Amino acid sequence: MASDIKLAEAPPSYDGAGFSATSFDKIIGLARANSLWPLPFATSCCGIEFMSTMASHYDLARFGSERPSFSPRQADMLLVAGTIAKKMGPILKQVYLQMAEPRWVIAIGACASSGGIFDTYSVLQGIDRIIPVDVYVPGCPPRPEQILDGVMQVQELAKNESLRRRNTEEYTKLLNSYSIQ
Amino acid sequence: MVSEELDIASRNLPAEQGPVQYVNELTTLNLGPTHPATHGIFQNILQMDGEKIVSGEQTIGYIHRAFEKIAERRPFYQITTLTDRMNYCSSPINNMGWHMTVEKLLGVEVPKRAQYIRVIMMELARLSDHLICNGILGVDTGAFTGFLYIYQEREHIYEIYEEVCGARLTTNMGRIGGMERDLSPTAIRKIKELIPRFRKVLTEFENLFNRNRIFMDRVVNVGGISAERALSYGFTGPNLRAAGVDYDVRVMNPYSSYQDFEFDIPVGQSGDTYDRFMVRNEEMWQSLRILEQAINNLPEGSYFADAPQYYLPPKQEVYQNMEALIYHFKIVMGEIDAPVGEVYHAVEGGNGELGFYLISDGGRAPYRLHFRRPCFIYYQAFPEMCKGLTLSDAIVIMSSMNVIAGELDA
Amino acid sequence: MLTNEEVAQTIINQFGETVGEFDDPYNLLTFSTGRDHIFSLIQFLKEHKTYQVGFLTDITAVHYPDSPGREFCVVYHMHSLTNNFRVRIKVYLDADDLHVPTVIPLFMSANWMERETFDLFGVIFDGHPDLRRILNMEEMDYHPMRKEYPLEDSTREDKIDALFGR
Repeated sequence: MASDIKLAEAPPSYDGAGFSATSFDKIIGLARANSLWPLPFATSCCGIEFMSTMASHYDLARFGSERPSFSPRQADMLLVAGTIAKKMGPILKQVYLQMAEPRWVIAIGACASSGGIFDTYSVLQGIDRIIPVDVYVPGCPPRPEQILDGVMQVQELAKNESLRRRNTEEYTKLLNSYSIQ
Repeated sequence: MVSEELDIASRNLPAEQGPVQYVNELTTLNLGPTHPATHGIFQNILQMDGEKIVSGEQTIGYIHRAFEKIAERRPFYQITTLTDRMNYCSSPINNMGWHMTVEKLLGVEVPKRAQYIRVIMMELARLSDHLICNGILGVDTGAFTGFLYIYQEREHIYEIYEEVCGARLTTNMGRIGGMERDLSPTAIRKIKELIPRFRKVLTEFENLFNRNRIFMDRVVNVGGISAERALSYGFTGPNLRAAGVDYDVRVMNPYSSYQDFEFDIPVGQSGDTYDRFMVRNEEMWQSLRILEQAINNLPEGSYFADAPQYYLPPKQEVYQNMEALIYHFKIVMGEIDAPVGEVYHAVEGGNGELGFYLISDGGRAPYRLHFRRPCFIYYQAFPEMCKGLTLSDAIVIMSSMNVIAGELDA
Repeated sequence: MLTNEEVAQTIINQFGETVGEFDDPYNLLTFSTGRDHIFSLIQFLKEHKTYQVGFLTDITAVHYPDSPGREFCVVYHMHSLTNNFRVRIKVYLDADDLHVPTVIPLFMSANWMERETFDLFGVIFDGHPDLRRILNMEEMDYHPMRKEYPLEDSTREDKIDALFGR
């Protein structure tokens, strides 16, 4: 029975009797990567595919996203699924600002990545016009497997991220380019 | 009563401070655009007197994608992809409705087999739409189990869509003049297997909810609307049928051989949330009936109309026949000779009468295309329906009305 | 069974010269009237004893920039549920005088349909309790569905028109 359970790989460590010593960022990265709580910001059709991802067939919970939190303060990653219109842009930015660091953003679908098929006067041509995006998942709508692949890419990012990244100058410059202080 | 206690409290205060003034103030609650994932984005600003809702003001347009303006640029068959994304929970219905509108304009007669296949796909889409609505209504009252059980059936419906047209959600199914390919044996087998299994799952779902005391306490007598008010507000579809009016476009203006099938129209009595839930459940049973009749009596014949100037000719002919080659070229380039005229065609969507008003000026794209979207029209009644009720009732009413944001804003 | 000719004749008898351009494209009775009579016409159809055209299906507008004096056409689709009879009524308006009386006193569903028509075309409905934009942002200063405005947003920077064939 024990062989059926798949555990995450432990990082290289110095082990002894009852203790295991490794570096902070590896352990914290491992913990963060395997318990990413998503904030589903689902606006349109990609939201329905996101619902399929959350349902039992393509379970998102087994990747650690057991609690889709709708409160930005308690969420780790912002899943923007669906078209963002210009009217919705300030609201999306406000939700992003309310999230606490570390936070990751996944743009699910063609509309969130670049405006999709709607090159019109009322649609924001991609959410990276207003907030920094970490992972883009193309598709219209992307299959749940693609969304899971996007989440796994964020897991890779979270696992390998340096602890100081959010305080670096480069990151502050990135945020300033979106006029986020 | 609360006011008496307040009076007593004010009398106990030292005389210099005077009595405390209590003003009855209304709270403004922003049931804002970012809903928990499932309903779509539209905003309700509610004025509440404690727990009771006094009035509400709605803001929509957070996902306005200018479909009608885009449609003035695209050739007729490219607009199908736009119609997918209106009511995205049941895209085949939108697609077929659009194809039928164009066929009405062009005067194309679709053979029986294609019509039956269209009916099968539209009824599967209707099942899919009602599954989401009822499942999410359960989730909003706190019952996640029903949603998970029922979502599994939606995955099976997605498998059938994939077999027929290649996509899961935004299907772009069918062509002007019929379907793009015949139903493969796998698709027919999957549909035949779906019907008994779906009946079992639906029975299980109904056993969880229909006579569940907690669920009934949440939804019975909540958000009722009378038939006259519903008609005045332009309700159609399951919401209107729950209020007692048996208006169904499939019966009143039959299209695509619906007159060949035998099915009932479920009608409610008081138009409250429980009636809407039950009407949708019963409509799923009726859709299964139609599916069974359609798949068992599928007529032989061609799956596309003999209209080479609108429907791509078969590839053999394109390689050998000069005329077919010219038609193929013209269709792919988007130059369809549409007659000048205006047509209005309505189909029974998952939420009601989905209408397409098409004005053509003879060019390759419509001159004006307007979608009569049922969600947009009946959502106006929401503040009236939740007046005097609590916030939790408002959530349940909104979810039972099945407002889909893509159809609201178009 | 109501026929188009019968209803058309009744309307002509009742409203005479103010209605015209009778047609039935694809078997749907269509005619046009002036803006001063649209309210009484719809009320007549709604309260008629036999016809009972009591359901307002849709209100929308069309922009014809090439016909001076009749640039905008407000189109009402109505439906009689008891008789299974549909009718389409058009009101042609001049671009300089874009006013039509509202039909909210007859049908509550006209509220948002008229707001949408105002938002997209700029048609002003006199007597509407709250005529403001519904689908677009309030700050938008033009009416996008008019033919003179482009589909794309002219201020976008990331898409090069040449690559998209424009």
